[in-house]
Amino acid sequence: MSKQSMQRISHDPGSDITTQKHVIRRTVAKILIPFIQLFGLYVIAHGELGPGGGFQGGVILGASVIVYILVFGLDEGRKRVTEKTSDLLVSSGALIYGGIGILCLLAGGNYLQYNVLLPDPKLASHLGILGVEIGIGITVAAVMITLFCETVRRDDDD
Amino acid sequence: MIDIAIPLFLVACGIAVILMKDLLSSIMVFTVYSLVMAIEWVRLNAVDVAITEAAVGAGITTVLFLVVLSRTRSEESSGSKSNWPALAVTMAVTGVLIYGTFDMPRLMDPANAPNVHLVPYFLDYTYKDTGVINVVTAILASYRGYDTLGEVVVVSTAGLCTVLLLRQAGKDRGKGAEPRA
Repeated sequence: MSKQSMQRISHDPGSDITTQKHVIRRTVAKILIPFIQLFGLYVIAHGELGPGGGFQGGVILGASVIVYILVFGLDEGRKRVTEKTSDLLVSSGALIYGGIGILCLLAGGNYLQYNVLLPDPKLASHLGILGVEIGIGITVAAVMITLFCETVRRDDDD
Repeated sequence: MIDIAIPLFLVACGIAVILMKDLLSSIMVFTVYSLVMAIEWVRLNAVDVAITEAAVGAGITTVLFLVVLSRTRSEESSGSKSNWPALAVTMAVTGVLIYGTFDMPRLMDPANAPNVHLVPYFLDYTYKDTGVINVVTAILASYRGYDTLGEVVVVSTAGLCTVLLLRQAGKDRGKGAEPRA
C-alpha cells in the first residue's frame, strides 16, 4: 500500500465506491471480512479451550473493520462503526470486566472471585472468565478502530 | 537446524531495519520480522503469544506505521554523523544485559524454579479451580484477574486519550480556530 493509496482513504473516499475501480479489492474484502469477524469471535469465545482470548480476538475484530476502511474509505467505514458507537464500546468493555467483579462482590465473594456467581463453582468460574474475555475483546476491538480512524483522518491544513 | 535459522533470520531482519534508508521498506521488513517471530513462538509452544504477535505485530502495527508514514516523508533524514559516545554507551549496556542473562535459569531445564514450583501447581489445579482447560487463559483471567483488569483499563484509557487529543485538535482546526497547545 503506497502513500498515494493512504491519501485516497482520507481525501476522496467516495471515488472508490462510485466508480467501478478496484472491483477485485472490493469483492475480495466483501467475501473475506465476514470470515475474519467470525474468526475473531471464535478466538474470543474459545479462549478457555484453545489458544486465544479477548486480546487476540479483539485485535482480529478490529483488524476486520480496518480492512473495510482501507478498501471502502474512512467515511463509508464510519457509517458502519460511528464515532459514538466506538467511543461507547471503548469504555463499556472495561465496564463489563469491572461489573463482573462487582457482581462477584454482590454474590458474597471477593472481587473477581467468579466461582460464587452460580451454585456450580466450576460453571460459574467458566462463565465469569468468558464474560471477562468478552469485555476485553470489546474494548480492544474498539480501541484498535479508534486508533486507526483518528490517526488516518487528514485535517485541512495537513 | 530451524531453531538456529529463525533467530539468525530475526537478527538479520533487525539489522536490515536499521540500515535501510527507505522507511516503507523498513516497515515491510519489520512485518516480516513479526511473522517469523510468530513462527518462533509456535516453535516454543507459546501459541497464545504467537496469535498475539501475528495479529498485533504483523497486522495492526504495520497498518499504524503506514498511516504515520503517510503523514511524513518516506525517506530517512540523512546526514546523521556517527556518534561514538552513543555507540559506547549502547555497547556497554548490551554487555551488562548479556552478563545479566548468565544468571537466568536455563531454558527447558526441568529443575528450574518456575518448573518445580508454579507450573506443576497451575497444571494440577487450574481445571479444578476454574473449569477452564487453557491454563494461559485461566491465569490471565482468573488467577491474575486484577492484572488483566488493569491492562484493559490502560488500553481503554489509551483509546480515550486518542479521541480527546486527536479528534478535538482536528475539530478545532476545521473551525479555523487555533490548535490547542
